[in-house]
Amino acid sequence: MKALAVRGVTHSYARTALDGVSLDADAGEFVVLLGLNGAGKTTLFSLIAGLLSLQQGAIQVLGNLLPQRREDALAATGFVFQQPALDLDLTVAQTLRYHAALHGLPRRQAKIRIEEELARFDLAGRTGDLVRTLSGGQRRRIEIARSLLHRPRLLLLDEPTVGLDVPNRRAILERTRSLCLEHDATVLWATHLLDEVKDGDRIVMIHKGRIVRDFACEASSRLAERFAEATTLEAAE
Amino acid sequence: MRAGWLRCFAGVVERECLRFLRQRSRFFASLVRPLVWLVIFATGFHSVLGLSRIPPYETYVLYEEYIVPGLVGLILLFNGMQAALSMVFDREMGSMKVLLVSPQPRWYLLTCRLLAGVIVAIPQVYAFLACAWLWGIRPPPLGYLYVLPAVIVAGLMLGAIGLLVSSVVQQLENFAGVMNFVIFPMFFASTALYPLWRLNDADQALAIAAWLNPFSHAVELVRFALYGQLDALSLAMTVVVAIVVMALAAWRYDSGRILRRQLWTAAS
Repeated sequence: MKALAVRGVTHSYARTALDGVSLDADAGEFVVLLGLNGAGKTTLFSLIAGLLSLQQGAIQVLGNLLPQRREDALAATGFVFQQPALDLDLTVAQTLRYHAALHGLPRRQAKIRIEEELARFDLAGRTGDLVRTLSGGQRRRIEIARSLLHRPRLLLLDEPTVGLDVPNRRAILERTRSLCLEHDATVLWATHLLDEVKDGDRIVMIHKGRIVRDFACEASSRLAERFAEATTLEAAE
Repeated sequence: MRAGWLRCFAGVVERECLRFLRQRSRFFASLVRPLVWLVIFATGFHSVLGLSRIPPYETYVLYEEYIVPGLVGLILLFNGMQAALSMVFDREMGSMKVLLVSPQPRWYLLTCRLLAGVIVAIPQVYAFLACAWLWGIRPPPLGYLYVLPAVIVAGLMLGAIGLLVSSVVQQLENFAGVMNFVIFPMFFASTALYPLWRLNDADQALAIAAWLNPFSHAVELVRFALYGQLDALSLAMTVVVAIVVMALAAWRYDSGRILRRQLWTAAS
């Protein structure tokens, strides 16, 4: 069973944002969704999250067809949104406890997982701190820790490193990659930053709402060239 | 009911309570507003507006006494709109998405928010009733108990209206319009400040508008309950409006319309 199956998804606002997008991801796969700003990454994520209604096409998350089995799909999925989604006046522990409650985790289990995730992201000593007192990188790590509390099998991260410095970007990326190995979780990592790709990653290039390339990266040093080529070809077509 | 649903409800209530406790000024504002009406407005009109014996009152009542249930309604009305404002704020800050991607049905999540808002309103109502008691407005002691379910039902209806408003208002900046187009007309064209028979004497159209206004029924429900009585018509109207408005709000949130504009802006 595919962790994610997107078939012929088309979505329009005032203009077409996604045009016949099809995409599969297997269990434990790390997929980089690479595209410029406005390429359709956020719209695709919003459709998978059920935040937008499907207009055309089909989406299945771990065999759960949307929107009919949206709740089951959401129970198995973790999200990190492009726009930070934290209540600044809650403490770190309160923020994570709120998310655990929304996912129906028993309080004791939630407490254990909160401790585990905070330790994983080097935030163990910050449980009582207000989120507004944390740096941008720490807030992003809180959001990723939050998305993992309910042990999702599919993790969608929409430009999670935007606005962060290089060490923070690297740390977040490496920790997320390790999740695929440790938990067999599927990760869909949306970005427009080419240096976040490494050899062996599966790259799905999206441009103007269409998937233009889907390949395993062999030479990340040549990625900029391939990306430019794909987007230029698409424009010419 | 599944245990996960109860935990979700507890989580939403905890968050709303934490927010409320953080915003102490909100508590005082919610108390000062009706107290200004009671202490200044009602005292000023006390000699002008005498009220003859009308149900649920057994004797002639002073204007201050008449106005108290309306001011309880005012607290609930502002609380409902505060909940709406908080939903719009959450949408702009992104935390609305955290709620909407949790694995519970949308109508249930919204109901949790609605109930959490009412739970936060209850201490505000009782604090005001305590102040009114000190001011000499003293309904029967059991009325303080009977009024609780009425406050909950009225709070649910006004909160549901707030949820629907939040689904229509696109930005925080537009919220000033809610004051002018929702709160003021609902409050002034109701039985909160004057009884229906007086409105009828003054202007029949206004009396009809007040009778149709769901806020009037919420106020009358509270008024009768405070004096140990049940106004069946007000209860029925309040419950029906609450259910219909809540269903509309749930439909709007479920249809993906709410975040569509925001996501489109982000995608562009």
